[in-house]
Amino acid sequence: MADVTFTVDGKKLTAPAGTLLIEACRKAGIEIPAFCYYPGLSLQAACRMCVVRQEKVPKLQTACTTPVAEGQVFITESAEIAQARKSTIELLLGNHPLDCPVCDAGGECELQDMTFKYGAGESLYTEAKQHREEQQWSPAVFYDRPRCILCYRCVRMCGEGMDVWALGIQNRGARAVIAPNGGDQLDCEQCGMCIDVCPVGALTSGSYRYKTRPWEMNHVSTVCTHCADGCKVTLGVRQSNDGSTIIRADNRDKSGINGDFLCAKGRFGFDFVESGDRLTKPLVRDAQGKLESATWEHALRFAAARLKEIRDAKGGSSIGIIGSNTTTNEENYLLQKIARTVLGTNNIDHVRTADYATFSRALAGKASRTVGLRGIAEAPAILLVGSNPTDEHPLLAWELRADVRLNRARLYIANTAEIKLERQARAALRVPPAGYTQLTGYLAGGKSSISDTTFRDALLAEESLVVVIGPELSGATLQSLIEWGLGREHVKFALLGDFANSRGAADMGLSPDLLPGYVPVTAPGDYAAEYPNLPRAPGKSLPEMLSSKLGALLVVGADPVAQQNVAPDVLKSTFVIVQDLFLTETAAIADVVFPSASLYEKTGTVTNTYGDLQLAKKAADHAGVKTDFEILVRLADALGADINKLVPFGKSSVTADLGQSRGAQAGEADRHAVWLAAQGLEPKLSPFDPIAVLDEIERLVPGYKLDRLNLFCGNDVATEPGFVPVSALTATATIEPAHDGLFTSGLLSRYSPALKDLEKHQSAVPAVAVAD
Amino acid sequence: MTNETMSVFSTELSARFDKLVAKYPVRRSALVPMLLYAQDEVGYLSDAVIADVADRIGITELDVRNVATYYSMLRFKPAGKYNVQVCTNISCMLRGGYEIFEKFQDELGIGHKGVSTDGVFSLEEVECIGACCWAPAIQVNYDFHDDLTPEQVPGILEQYRAKAAQGGKNA
Repeated sequence: MADVTFTVDGKKLTAPAGTLLIEACRKAGIEIPAFCYYPGLSLQAACRMCVVRQEKVPKLQTACTTPVAEGQVFITESAEIAQARKSTIELLLGNHPLDCPVCDAGGECELQDMTFKYGAGESLYTEAKQHREEQQWSPAVFYDRPRCILCYRCVRMCGEGMDVWALGIQNRGARAVIAPNGGDQLDCEQCGMCIDVCPVGALTSGSYRYKTRPWEMNHVSTVCTHCADGCKVTLGVRQSNDGSTIIRADNRDKSGINGDFLCAKGRFGFDFVESGDRLTKPLVRDAQGKLESATWEHALRFAAARLKEIRDAKGGSSIGIIGSNTTTNEENYLLQKIARTVLGTNNIDHVRTADYATFSRALAGKASRTVGLRGIAEAPAILLVGSNPTDEHPLLAWELRADVRLNRARLYIANTAEIKLERQARAALRVPPAGYTQLTGYLAGGKSSISDTTFRDALLAEESLVVVIGPELSGATLQSLIEWGLGREHVKFALLGDFANSRGAADMGLSPDLLPGYVPVTAPGDYAAEYPNLPRAPGKSLPEMLSSKLGALLVVGADPVAQQNVAPDVLKSTFVIVQDLFLTETAAIADVVFPSASLYEKTGTVTNTYGDLQLAKKAADHAGVKTDFEILVRLADALGADINKLVPFGKSSVTADLGQSRGAQAGEADRHAVWLAAQGLEPKLSPFDPIAVLDEIERLVPGYKLDRLNLFCGNDVATEPGFVPVSALTATATIEPAHDGLFTSGLLSRYSPALKDLEKHQSAVPAVAVAD
Repeated sequence: MTNETMSVFSTELSARFDKLVAKYPVRRSALVPMLLYAQDEVGYLSDAVIADVADRIGITELDVRNVATYYSMLRFKPAGKYNVQVCTNISCMLRGGYEIFEKFQDELGIGHKGVSTDGVFSLEEVECIGACCWAPAIQVNYDFHDDLTPEQVPGILEQYRAKAAQGGKNA
């Protein structure tokens, strides 16, 4: 809409006509207090905190419901307005306990801040307060009724934001309360968004409440380790006896691709880090055949000696490497580099949850045909094929709902089953079981068993389209769908995988036939010079490795024995090395086990399934474990590899200014560091610095040309798979989507009591409701 | 739509509801009248009533409860066969509404929102029932009794007790 000019507190502001005054002011740096207003949700105008004086209007107006128009004049701070706000607070405090020092929200409570600002600490009410006992609605959500100020944020967040509608308001007046849908229980997706948006201490989190104070924690922005959406998450950590402990997870600063959104896994599922089952010492199988704890030096030396022996005796092709979907790009890159240059094998693979290789190949050479999550979130039309984002990609589901609600986007869904997002869809197509193969033919207007033509007509009428493809589509099916889209203008694609860095694992060349950036090993290009000893023949895939009685198997952050249902004696004659957080089924049969750090305990980059690259920062610390990066460097060192070639650290042609020219000013020093990091010139002083490998990734991997300043500032930066060379894939890969739900996350959720509790609660709730 | 044989409502009321939900531009507009008619037939808003109404409109039970709990005239526990509602708002109060209310309390041995042990009567102190011109007034189910004195109270109760004994229908 056209811009209009209006005056706020004597300042001329400009904003598109119809913008809400409160938003226009916030953009201009004028803070108007509000409890009930929440960006992106419907307007409530219930709290009366945002009242402002508008010229020529007799009464104070609520800034949250006033659209700006040409020539309006507002005053947002005056004695009159302060008095009005003070009175509102006084009313709110009429029944609100004044015990901030014992309240869980103390220190980050909007009511506390407002009382501090406008001062209504003393009430004129003499009536006794109506005290009510606190209620527990689920393992995650507690409700303290007297603290509630009835702003309706939770009700709207649950209904509009999450499309769950599990919260309501019951009774009226002074007796009104927030009520959950299951009587005294909450039957919902347990995302905790209601707790997150609560401006006071009325809704509190089962995992965080009364454990600490906000100012006692360090807050570290990193990336969630669960699904492939890659939400940015702020972890509150505190020192503990064996490192530092994560106390809570949220994203209240609303930065990152997810804004303030987190699902149950991101918000509550961090406790696997503290699980008593974590491995904290290296294990080596002794003469009696038992896994016994050992020192790092002994374990590394033992593992390296055996690996070397096997490599030298039987050749690199007798060694297999299985990588992870949750380790960082740098670790994955280093792993395949060690495999290909130190161990001399292309036997490297990972558990594939989506066919990224076909995806990249189909899009090879086509620039701007992929779309990151931000692009999906504002697309005018989206076709979702397969998957159930509500369970498997909660952030995608959230963005799609918001896009439909706020931007009137048109969502088209083609799925074999009915999924919840169809409630937002403009049209839904029921694909026959195993019928995705016919979808392209149907869309292209050819013969197919799908007869619903209205869906196709509506879809083809769209000028631009984002196609989000579930992991059910792979190989030729996936390729033909992409080819159909490439034949049309303004069609972009995204492919859905399953774990935090599945996309990164594929991008970084954890494949027997593809180098990082999907460069085929048969035609390695630049890698030929970079990787001495690079074998030119494709290696064995994961199932082949498990069935071909290899001499040695190095497994990093994966559990192929459980995942592939391998009989225990298959790997009997194979020397197995495992790096993992827990004693997995694979680790249990291994000869050497190294305890590794989780994504929350390391620094590095991860790529979400949409190709958005983000920086994960070390938040927690666990005594005894090492990052996979460090373990790999130490292992390569023990194997006798030249670490300087493996990790480009230390002095190179560019010498960085280490502070010689720096002034005494702290601000100047910071600017200095920021500039160095942005230019990739910050000193990498140790071989354990993953950023040194990021430099090499940036230099060698097509598609990873990065905006480093943004990346290091904690933003997501786009990667582009569209420049990979066209190549034929040698083998059809087995794609095994994990289909994790709201409370499961592969191995990690098995060690998360919080997620187990939520799952138990949700499976029990319907029974409770019936018994009522 | 609920299967008719499963409905907690009579066939007549079900038919009436079917018409009602189709009458408004938005189905949920029928919610408040439906709750009132359902209460008249069933006596109170049981869980089954709430579930049935929610199903007929196509909203959640929580939505129904959100609305129902707002209104003091909708109840979630059974009332007596004859629900005595005594007005104590200003006109009735000035003309002795509280004396009437106290007399009912004494006669029935129950207080506000109480139900007599035989289940025939329940008693409620209510807001204005719109009979100010004939204050003090009471309402028994949908029957008005106005310009009362405490002395008339036993007679009124007797009249309904007799009706109840005959197994008479709601007034």
